[in-house]
Amino acid sequence: MSNWLIQHWLVLLFTLRRLLSTPLASLLNIAIMGIALSLPVGVYVLLQNVQGLAVQAAGTPQISVFMARDANKNEVAQTGKRLGQLDTVERIEFVPRNQALEQLKRSTGLADVIGGLKQNPLPDAYILHPKTANPNTLESLRDDLKKWPKVDHVQLDSAWARKLEALLGFVRLAVLILSVLLSVALVAITFNTIRLQILTKRNEIEVSRLIGATHAFIRRPFLYFGLVQGLLAGAAAWLIIALSLYLLNNSLAGLTQLYASNFTLHNLSAGDSLALLLFSGYLGWLGAWLSVAQHLWQIEPN
Amino acid sequence: MIKFTQVSKRYPGGYEALKNVSLEIDAGEMAFLTGHSGAGKSTLLKLIAAIERPNGGSIVVKGQNVGSLKSGALPFLRRNLGLIFQDHKLLFDRNVFDNVILPLQICGFDHRESAKRARAALDKVGLLAREKANPIALSGGEQQRLCIARAIVNRPSILLADEPTGNLDIDYANEIMSIFRSFHQVGVTLLIATHDENVLRQSDGRQLVLKHGELQS
Repeated sequence: MSNWLIQHWLVLLFTLRRLLSTPLASLLNIAIMGIALSLPVGVYVLLQNVQGLAVQAAGTPQISVFMARDANKNEVAQTGKRLGQLDTVERIEFVPRNQALEQLKRSTGLADVIGGLKQNPLPDAYILHPKTANPNTLESLRDDLKKWPKVDHVQLDSAWARKLEALLGFVRLAVLILSVLLSVALVAITFNTIRLQILTKRNEIEVSRLIGATHAFIRRPFLYFGLVQGLLAGAAAWLIIALSLYLLNNSLAGLTQLYASNFTLHNLSAGDSLALLLFSGYLGWLGAWLSVAQHLWQIEPN
Repeated sequence: MIKFTQVSKRYPGGYEALKNVSLEIDAGEMAFLTGHSGAGKSTLLKLIAAIERPNGGSIVVKGQNVGSLKSGALPFLRRNLGLIFQDHKLLFDRNVFDNVILPLQICGFDHRESAKRARAALDKVGLLAREKANPIALSGGEQQRLCIARAIVNRPSILLADEPTGNLDIDYANEIMSIFRSFHQVGVTLLIATHDENVLRQSDGRQLVLKHGELQS
């Protein structure tokens, strides 16, 4: 058993030496494969980030009811009472116009501009937290509320999130197609690399056959090569994505400050990183396996 | 040890290399296969190692029917044979030592034990001092001896040699024949294909003569 392990260890060392013996070619190969991998994975990372945002927003649907600005206190209170009696609503929040103005001053840093206003442009508003997230119920509720007296505007906050969700579904499909195509490319690159190696190792393969090497023994170094190259390509893709996100976050910092939020892009999770490595390693192994199956039998000693 | 029964071999294109050859070589025997070039000597050796497959007849080596062996079983047949090639088939991308140790690596031998055996084989053929050299730097006689070292390193019970003294001058040829005789003395079965008159004159082993693919009695 330990001898068997030593055999594999020796093949692994041999593979690494073979990679290092042609550093430029190996580097270019790994870079091409890494870039090919980083495209779908990069889009996937962005998708994950945007999705997190959408789920946050879409998870708590709210209905904002803005009163007409000429509504008096009594009318506003009465509307509040009616809203509280609705059995589709969990609870309501009242946001008086003065409080809304204060909030706006604090959160956007537009204090100077707002301070210059002669009167408060904002209406009184109610925020409803419905019991259900069913979009149809919410939409009919919104349409009902619009007809109430002294209600100026009703906004269903989850609408944009639902549109975003539909868009994300589309992007997800695009990522899937891109992944499949580039995986095939990755397998093809490995296939070709191994084909060239088999051709240059022709003598060695022939002699090994003559002195009693099994198919497994002859195949092993090529499979290892494919696997190692695939793993390195996965690592390269990971680095490309990590570096890109670092650069994007740097420029995003300036942008999000303007919008008063602290949104940053998150890198791949540990699990996703591991999956990326394993998958790219598997693709490399698969390319090598196909190439060996296709080309090795053509070399028969004579 | 080796038994041919009415073996024939026809190459694609119709050329008949061997016709109805029957022969038997006993364990521990040293036999010579002679005849003009093109008489079928190399083909006969290749059939024993299953490098070529016969079109008819049966070949039994160490109790195994070689003609019907599955390709997965071939490596294990070949590990029992030491093959010495006319063109040496050495690997020039590694040094002398690594060439000799290759069969042991293929068999999955323990690394330290392999190194010991490889040095012993090199010592046997007088190349121990050149273990770090690249085979391309060796003379023709030395390359032939290196090929022999590689063939004997996993201690096969049968040695097959194809023109081992071809292209070598008399001194080198004698050296190689004395190496073969020493294997014969320790019980190895040898089948040597040669048309070297000098070799045949000096040796007392049985001579099998091939002529146009047929065995002369």
